[in-house]
Amino acid sequence: MKLLYFAWVRERVGKPEEEIEPPANVRTIGDLVAWLKLRGEEYAYAFENANVIRAAIDRNHVKPDAQIAGAREIAFFPPMTGG
Amino acid sequence: MTVRIQRDDFDLGAEIASLTQGRANIGAVATFTGICRDDGIAAMTLEHYPGMAEAEIARHVGEAEKRWPLLGVTVIHRYGRLTPGENIVLVVTASSHREAAFAAAEFLMDYLKTRAPFWKKEERRDGAGWVEARQIDAAAAERWTGGRAGREAAE
Repeated sequence: MKLLYFAWVRERVGKPEEEIEPPANVRTIGDLVAWLKLRGEEYAYAFENANVIRAAIDRNHVKPDAQIAGAREIAFFPPMTGG
Repeated sequence: MTVRIQRDDFDLGAEIASLTQGRANIGAVATFTGICRDDGIAAMTLEHYPGMAEAEIARHVGEAEKRWPLLGVTVIHRYGRLTPGENIVLVVTASSHREAAFAAAEFLMDYLKTRAPFWKKEERRDGAGWVEARQIDAAAAERWTGGRAGREAAE
């Protein structure tokens, strides 16, 4: 699946997007964040306050308990400040 | 419904005209324009999530059309680097009467602030920084759904 990062999440991770294949025991957005945090210090830094980070699956807002099975595109970003 | 995410500026008069031209049933048009304000910044850069930004705004326009008898809606949101005085966002709502046009424009702006995937980074004299989301904006959006923050804001 494709991961996208925006705003300061993108800056901290150090890239705008990447392809990943998480193991089968990573079932929810929350699991995915926990798994990403173990991938390196840039991820640990980006997700250090995981409760403030928002997620979208296939361009729909989702909560941390959302299932990721079948997702093509998952995005992580800070609270939005448009308008 | 027209939803556009664009780098370029927009023309308020032209957008109103394109909604109302040749239509005699529209009795009210309300517009909101958000402008880059100079509170100590040299510029701001708006980042967005292409694809989701359009889809999310269109979902909320659809919700507004269910709530009010609207005869036309246009939402334009700019991205890229903007300097103080430049336009950021435009909402135009058309209806037979003013109540629906005013209410729908306010509803759409409240949702744009908290649900549309845009992020502002400001260039200040002491460096650049991302704008933090404000609780008052979350409360303004929640009053339309009767959420906890919305009730607190109303009290």
